[in-house]
Amino acid sequence: MGSEPMQVISVDELVENFEFLDDWEDRYRYIIDLGRKLPEFDEADKNEQNRIQGCTSQAWLIAEVSADPKPVLSFRADSDAHIVRGLLSVLLSIYSGQTAEDILAVDIKDVLRRLDFEAQISPNRANGFYSAVERIRNLARLNAGARTEAG
Amino acid sequence: MSGATLAPQDAAVATSIGDNSIASYDVEAVRRDFPILGQEVYGKPLVYLDNAASAQKPAVVIDSMRETMETYYSNVHRGLHRLSQLSTDAFEAARDKVAGFINAESSDEIVFLRGATEAINLVAFSYGRAFLKAGDEVLISEMEHHANIVPWQLLRDETGIVIKVVPIDDDGNLMLETYKELLSPKTKLVAMTHISNALGTIVPIKEVIRLAHAAGAKVLVDGCQAGPHMKIDVRDLDADFYCFSSHKVYGPTGIGVLYGKLDILNSMPPHHGGGEMIDRVTFEKTTYKEAPHRFEPGTPAIIEAIGFGAAVDYVKNLGQERIAAHEHGLMAYATERMSEIEGVRIIGQAQEKASIVSFVMDSAHAHDIGTIIDRAGVAVRAGHHCAQPLMARFEVSATARASFGLYNTRAEVDALVAALYKVKELLG
Repeated sequence: MGSEPMQVISVDELVENFEFLDDWEDRYRYIIDLGRKLPEFDEADKNEQNRIQGCTSQAWLIAEVSADPKPVLSFRADSDAHIVRGLLSVLLSIYSGQTAEDILAVDIKDVLRRLDFEAQISPNRANGFYSAVERIRNLARLNAGARTEAG
Repeated sequence: MSGATLAPQDAAVATSIGDNSIASYDVEAVRRDFPILGQEVYGKPLVYLDNAASAQKPAVVIDSMRETMETYYSNVHRGLHRLSQLSTDAFEAARDKVAGFINAESSDEIVFLRGATEAINLVAFSYGRAFLKAGDEVLISEMEHHANIVPWQLLRDETGIVIKVVPIDDDGNLMLETYKELLSPKTKLVAMTHISNALGTIVPIKEVIRLAHAAGAKVLVDGCQAGPHMKIDVRDLDADFYCFSSHKVYGPTGIGVLYGKLDILNSMPPHHGGGEMIDRVTFEKTTYKEAPHRFEPGTPAIIEAIGFGAAVDYVKNLGQERIAAHEHGLMAYATERMSEIEGVRIIGQAQEKASIVSFVMDSAHAHDIGTIIDRAGVAVRAGHHCAQPLMARFEVSATARASFGLYNTRAEVDALVAALYKVKELLG
């Protein structure tokens, strides 16, 4: 049950929902709700290998790769902080279920601008948001490379 | 006075400290000395409760640094020209001020370094390499900052010293009896915090030092949190080494001090080589200046040192006892009000405590707390406070920490408490 990647809402839906919420409290409430919908990790998955560094809270990320015909990366994520879980959920909306090429083509700053995120949620080094982005991009790079070699 | 007629804040004053000491401390006047405190964040008045991480700067500090740069700045100890003379005088006057601040016997015992972290590393690698050998024991406490753990581990890996850890009890008190048992002829150095940055515990450091000396060990005190909160008298403590950073006592970043007894400092080899620390250099042999200059190679942080001097003067003029009384009142009030919030647990309830309140909440991670109350303009620290072994001791991964300084008010405690109720509301 834990291994099945959850269905996440699209970036367009996120943008729409965020536009609808105009004060910070409502946006945080929404982010916290998104986080609550993420399935929790089994304790065994909360390990050093899956841990995202540079975070005041603890956070973990797992990638699953399926090849049909190009490698598609799906992600699961968890954190012990509600807001970080919510931010990770947003990241899954942006990245999960896409090919390595599509993941690498995402302009994350642009997406965050569309979400008006920088001003409202302030992803920063302390909440590990950007190290999670880096982890996802590195995994995509690895898999984009693997396909080239294989095919 | 009848308790029933008192507002909650008045009750806290009456029970924690006398009304007289509060009355003589005009916190609103103090706040006007700090330009940054007029700032708003997200349209709300700034409530700065992250003083244990770094404190804000009074205008006298800012002005002293600007004046240096605008009127007499030059390199020190070198030039024969007028500005060099003025800069050297101001730099050395700052050293005198810091010496006076901690009641050192001589200004030569004051080594200016980048901060307390460098000071501890200096003792580990200069004193440690010269005087500690395999099997010698260094005692630290369970509540040390990483800066007072990692240098000893590096030294251990290099020389084979043994690190022993003095435990604390569930309230965060140092277990003095266990400390006594751990002391032995093998103990060569005790490196211990004066006040825990994560718990606020005030360690009975004078007793710690007395016992260490009786066992034949030297003592290094990490005084980072003591500097801003209490009067320090290194001679009364009989500390062999004592260090703290300027930026936590309302001075600039980039400078701190290592105090060392003069004979000990002069017995230690330099930790860095360079200009300004030498007596005479040939390619065959170099001799070094006496302390403090032997430990200050290169151009020092001149402007910062002058700002540091202005900062300790500011604190001294305000009166350390009065500051401590004011902060103690705030802490008692904050502890009382925060304890009323269901689901809040304060970590660290030592008998002797400085104005640091570390806490966790049932419904929220420290990260959630820090992020949400930031929106109410309240700045606290959330995380492991560079004390991961201590977090493990209390079986938490992180805490939120409100730390009060000389300019904080009871209204700010109220703002913190209101913001914590907001956290509960959002995460409830």
